Amino acid sequence: MIRFLTRRILVGVMTLIVISVIVFGLFFAVPSSPAKVMCGKNCDAASIAAVERRLEIDQPIVEQYTKFMKGIFVGRTYAPGSDFEVRCDAPCLGFSFRNSEPVTDILKRTIPVTLSIVAGAAVLWLLIGVSLGMISALRKGTLFDKIAIGVSLVGASMQVFFFGLILLFLLVYTTGLLPFPSYTPITEDPVAWATGLILPWVTLGFLNSAIYARLSRAQMLETLSEDYVRTARAKGLPLRRVYTKHALRAAITPIVTIAGLDIGASLGGTFITETIFGLRGLGKETVEAVGFLNLPIVVATVLLAAVFIVVANLIVDVLYAVIDPRVRLS
Amino acid sequence: MTAPASAPQAPDTSTGPYLQVNDLRVQFPTEDGVVKAVDGVSFSVERGRTLGIVGESGSGKSVTSLTIMGLHNTKRARISGEILVGGRNVVGMSEEQTRRLRGRDMSMIFQDPLSALHPYYKVGAQIAEAYKIHHSNASKSECRKRAIDMLGRVGIPQPARRADQYPHEFSGGMRQRAMIAMALVNDPDLLIADEPTTALDVTVQAQILDLLEDLQREFNSAIIMITHDLGVVAQVADEVLVMYGGRAVEFGTTEQVMRRPQHPYTWGLLASVPSLHGDADADLVPIKGNPPSLINLPSGCAFHPRCRYAGRNGDLSFTEVPELRQVQERGHLVACHLSEADRKRFYAEDIAPSAGVAQ
Repeated sequence: MIRFLTRRILVGVMTLIVISVIVFGLFFAVPSSPAKVMCGKNCDAASIAAVERRLEIDQPIVEQYTKFMKGIFVGRTYAPGSDFEVRCDAPCLGFSFRNSEPVTDILKRTIPVTLSIVAGAAVLWLLIGVSLGMISALRKGTLFDKIAIGVSLVGASMQVFFFGLILLFLLVYTTGLLPFPSYTPITEDPVAWATGLILPWVTLGFLNSAIYARLSRAQMLETLSEDYVRTARAKGLPLRRVYTKHALRAAITPIVTIAGLDIGASLGGTFITETIFGLRGLGKETVEAVGFLNLPIVVATVLLAAVFIVVANLIVDVLYAVIDPRVRLS
Repeated sequence: MTAPASAPQAPDTSTGPYLQVNDLRVQFPTEDGVVKAVDGVSFSVERGRTLGIVGESGSGKSVTSLTIMGLHNTKRARISGEILVGGRNVVGMSEEQTRRLRGRDMSMIFQDPLSALHPYYKVGAQIAEAYKIHHSNASKSECRKRAIDMLGRVGIPQPARRADQYPHEFSGGMRQRAMIAMALVNDPDLLIADEPTTALDVTVQAQILDLLEDLQREFNSAIIMITHDLGVVAQVADEVLVMYGGRAVEFGTTEQVMRRPQHPYTWGLLASVPSLHGDADADLVPIKGNPPSLINLPSGCAFHPRCRYAGRNGDLSFTEVPELRQVQERGHLVACHLSEADRKRFYAEDIAPSAGVAQ
C-alpha cells in the first residue's frame, strides 16, 4: 500500500511539473509582450524595457522559470536593488497586471466561492443521482424507473445557462422565494452562506445528478447480472442484503472514479454557473483574466486547476485500491 | 401436498427421494414469443445419489436447476408443476420461504468460480456469511472458524491463512474448492453442481469430481450434476437424464444410458466424444445442425431435423411429440418413435463401432 501510494504521488508530482512548464510557456506563446499590456497604449521602448526589468521577463527563460517555481515555495523579490523592488512572499504567483494585487490574494478570495458551489452541488448530485439510479435499476421497467429515466434524460440534455436562468426567474424574480445568489463566507454566517448558494447548488446538482442517475442505473443493472450476485442469492441472503452488500459495492466503484474526476475538474472553475449567478469564483476570474491577457492570474488558475485534477486522481486511485482488492497488486 | 404456511420446517424426509420434480414447465414470455425453456420434465434424486443431467446449451438443464433453487424472477417466468425438496413444494413458495431453503437445504455451485465469487470480499468472509445467514445465533468467530474448517475439508492447505485472501489470489481449482466449501457449509441435503469442472484445467477436473464424491459420502447429500461432458457423467453419476429442447429424451442408470443408449440424440452425444480405444484416425461424428429455438420448437419430435433416423416410423416423427416410455429394461426410459428393435439394430450397426466413452 505504501509503495502504491509513493508511486502514485511521484507520478502526480511529475505531472504537475510538466504542466507547470507548459503553462509557464504561455508567457512566451502569447503574441504580445506582457510589458506592452501593462504599459498601456502610448508607450515608448524605454518604458517597456523598464517594465520588463521590473517583471524580470528580460531574463533567459530557464532562469525565469526557476525564479517562478522558487517563488511558489520560498517567495521572491522582484527587481532587487532597483527602485521597483517588490517583495512577494511564498507562495508567490506574481501580481495582477491590472491592479498589482498579489495573485495569491485573488485566489484566496475566489477559491472559497468555487469550493462552496462545487461542494454543495456534489453532495446533491451524488446523493440524488446515485440513489435515483440505483432504485431505478432495482425497479427496472416500473413506472418509477420510467419517470426517473425520463426526467434524467431531460436533465442530461439541458444546459446550466438555460436551467439556471429559469430557476432564477421562477424562484427569485417571480416568487421571491430565494434571495439573489451571493457569497457569504461560511465562517461568517452559515445560514446566509447556504441560502445564497442554493440556486447554484440546485442548478449544477440537478443537471449532474441526471448524468449520475443514468450512470448508476447502468452500472447497477450490469452488476445485478453478475454471477456473484446470483451466488449471493443462492447462499440464501435476503434480497436487501444482496443489493446493499454485494451489488452496491461493485456498482459504486466506477462511479467513485468518475465523481472524483468530475469534482476535481469542477473545482478548477464552474465558469457558467458563476457567471449566471454573479458569483466571483475561480472560473469567472480566470475567464476575465484571459480576456485582459492578465497572464499571472491565468497561469496561477490553470496550474491550480491542474493541481485539483491531479489530487482528485490520486484520491480516486487510493479509494479504488481500498474498494477493489485486485487493484492493490498491480 | 400443501405448502407449509410458516417457515418450512423439515417434514418427514426419511423415506423416498429427497428431490422430486414432477412435470416441471418453465416458460418465459418475451416479445418474440413464449420461450418454453423446460417442458414437462420429471425426475427424482435420493440422498447419497447423483443424477447427471446432460444436454447441449439451451436444452433446459440450467433453467431446471435455477428453478429448483428458486432463483428465477417469478414475475417473469411462468412455472408450473411440482418441485418437492424434502417434501416441500418449492413451486409457488414465497421468496422468503425459498430463501430460507437456499444455502441451507439446497445449494449450488457454478461453472466459473472466479466470476461466482465476489471479487471484493475475502474468501473466508464469503463462506462465513453463508453460514451466518442460516445460523443467526452463531458468533462472528464461530462463523469464521466454521469457514476455515470447511476450507480445510475441501482440501485447501493452510485454510486459516487462505481464508483471509481474495478470490483472485486463488488458483482456478482452489477457487472451485472454496466455492464447494461455501455450498456445503450448512450441510445441505441437495447440491446442484452446474458444470462445476467446465472452466477448470483437465488435471484439476478429476480432483474436483473426486472431492465431490468424497464429500457426498461424508454428507450423504443428493447431487445433481449438470454437464455436457459425458466423461464427467460416466465418472460420478448414478443416473443420467438426457435433455433436448426443454424435454427429457432419455433416462436411466449411467450404465444403461452410456452402454446401451437408445435415443438417437444420446448416440450423437456419445459419437462426438473421442474414444481412447477406437481407431485413432477415425473422425468424430458431430451432431449436425444447431439446437432448436425454444420459442419455435420443431413439430413432433423436436430432434427430428437433426436425426438421421427420422421418418422411419411413418410420419410420427414430424407430427407427434414422443412420450418418455419404458424400454424392456427396467428403469430405462426413452422418448423416441423408433421401435425398440430398430433402435438396438441402428445402435449396434452405426454407432457402437465408433462411439466413445463407454466402449
